[in-house]
Amino acid sequence: MNALSIQNLKKKYSNGFVALKGIDLDVEQGDFFALLGPNGAGKSTAIGIISSLVNKTSGSVSIFGHDLKKQNAKAKSCIGLVPQEINFNQFETVKNIVLNQAGYYGIPKKKAKINAERCLKQMSLWDKRDTVSRRLSGGMKRRVMIARALVHSPRLLILDEPTAGVDIEIRRSMWKMMEEINQQGTTIILTTHYLEEAESLCRNIAIINDGLIVEKSGMAELLTRVKQDHFILNLANPVSITPKIEGYKLELIESKLLNVAVPKGMSLNLLFQQLTDKNIEVLSLKNKSNRLEQLFMDLVNE
Amino acid sequence: MNNFIAFRTILAKEIRRFTRIWPQTLLPPAITTSLYFMIFGKLIGERVGNISGVSYMDYIVPGVILMSIISHSYANVVSSFYSTKFQRHIEELLVSPVSNWVILMGYVLGGVARGLLVGIVVTCISFLYTDITVNHLGIAITVAILTATLFALAGFINAIFADSFDAISIIPNFILTPLSYLGGVFYSVSMLPDLWQTISLTNPILYMINAFRYGLIGVTDIEIWLAFAMTGGFILFLTLLSLYLLHKGVGIKN
Repeated sequence: MNALSIQNLKKKYSNGFVALKGIDLDVEQGDFFALLGPNGAGKSTAIGIISSLVNKTSGSVSIFGHDLKKQNAKAKSCIGLVPQEINFNQFETVKNIVLNQAGYYGIPKKKAKINAERCLKQMSLWDKRDTVSRRLSGGMKRRVMIARALVHSPRLLILDEPTAGVDIEIRRSMWKMMEEINQQGTTIILTTHYLEEAESLCRNIAIINDGLIVEKSGMAELLTRVKQDHFILNLANPVSITPKIEGYKLELIESKLLNVAVPKGMSLNLLFQQLTDKNIEVLSLKNKSNRLEQLFMDLVNE
Repeated sequence: MNNFIAFRTILAKEIRRFTRIWPQTLLPPAITTSLYFMIFGKLIGERVGNISGVSYMDYIVPGVILMSIISHSYANVVSSFYSTKFQRHIEELLVSPVSNWVILMGYVLGGVARGLLVGIVVTCISFLYTDITVNHLGIAITVAILTATLFALAGFINAIFADSFDAISIIPNFILTPLSYLGGVFYSVSMLPDLWQTISLTNPILYMINAFRYGLIGVTDIEIWLAFAMTGGFILFLTLLSLYLLHKGVGIKN
C-alpha cells in the first residue's frame, strides 16, 4: 500500500499564481522520501495540501488509502507534520504544546501523557518540559515541533525543511533521529535545501520545479546518472598556466587552487600521475559540490 | 476520533489562557464596574430617582452586568482566535482530525466561560452597592448564557476575517460599545422620544438587556419571548455562518 498517493494535483491561488500544474506522486509505505525543488517550485504548496493547510484546486490525495476529501479524519490521523516555520503557542510550556496536540487527535489524557513523555525524551526535551516555549533555543524549538508531530504516532511524517537554520551538531543529531523514526516503520517525506541531507537519508526522490514533477526515481539510480565529479585541488606550489591533461577539464581558480572535472569512469590515479609528471604537487582535495546537487541543478535548469 | 477529548482540550486551553492573564481579563471589569456603580448609581443615581418603580442603582445593575458579559465573551474569542491565526498555531488544529464544529464549540464556550466569570465578578461587586432580590433566576441565567454565546460567535467571525490587530478592535470599539450603551443600560427606552424609541428597537442588545433586567429585577420595556426568539435566531445564523467559513477555510487557509 502507498503511504501517499497524489493524482493530477493542481493549485491556483486567488491572485492567479499557479503553484501546482498537475502532479502525480506515489510514496511507498516505510519509505524515506525526498521532495526537492528550488524556492517557489511548489513543494510547500504540495505539503500544505497533503496536510490540509491549503485548499487544492483539483486532483486527489489519499493517505494510506484514505481519500483526504471523503475520509478526511482518517487520512489526517495518519499524518504528522513538522512545518518549516515555528508555529506553536510561544506562551505555552513544552509539555502542554505536545499534550494539546495529542488532545486534538482524541488521545485520552493518560495515554497522551505517556506518549508525550516518550516523544520529549526521544527529542532530549524532557528536562525542558515545564519551560515556556519562547525561552527555548532555535534547535530546541525545532525538536518541540518534531515531538509534537510524533505524539499521536503518525504512520506518515512530513518534515518540511526541519534542519533549516540549525547548527551542524543539531542537524547531525536530527538526521540520526529521523533515521531511527524511519527504521521504526514510519514513512517519512522530507523537503530540504541541504542536498547532502537528502542524499544520505532518503531512498527515493522527486524533484519539483515550476509546479511539475521533473524527476522521480530511486536515489541510487539517480546518482548513477552523474556524468562527472568536480574536485578542488589544493596545490603545494603556485602555477601560472592552467595545466592541460587529456580527458579531464581543468580550470585555475587561484594560483594554488585547481578545479577539476573528472568524467564518470575516469580514474583519479591517472590524473595525479599526470600532475606529478608536470611537477605539480597536490596537498589535498575536496568535492566542489555533492553529486545530487549537480543533478539537481541540471534538472531544474533544463 | 474522539471529538469530546478534542473539545475538552480546546476548552481547557482557552480557560487556562484567560485565567493565566487574569490581571488583563478579570480585574479590569471589576474596577470599571465599581466606578459605574459609584458614579452613575450612587452619585448621579440618587438625583435621578426611580425608573419603572425601582431605584436607579437597581435599574442599571442588570445592564452593567450584561454589558460586561457581552464585551468579555466577544473579546475573549476574537483575541484568542486571532492570536491563534497570527502565531500560526491554528495549523495545529487544521492538520489534526478535529471537526470544525468542535473547533467552533471549544472557542465559543471558552468565550462564554470568560463572559460568565466576569458576569459573576461584576454581580458580586454589585452586591456591595445594592441589595436586589432576584426575580426570575432561570431567565436571568438563560439570557446570560445565550447572550455570551451570541457574542462569542460574533467574536469568532470577527477573528476569522481579521487580518490585523486593528481589525479586531474596530467592531468592539465602534459597534459593540455604542450599541451596548444605546441598548438601555443606563435608561429605559420609554424615556426616549417616539422616533428614538423606534430606532432603539432595531438594536438587538436592547432585547437582551431588557430580558436580563426582567430576570433580575422584574422590569422590562419589551416582550421576553421576543428577546429569546431574536437571540436564538442570531445564534443559529452565526453558528451556521461560522461553520461555513471554517469549511471554506476563509481567513485560515491559503
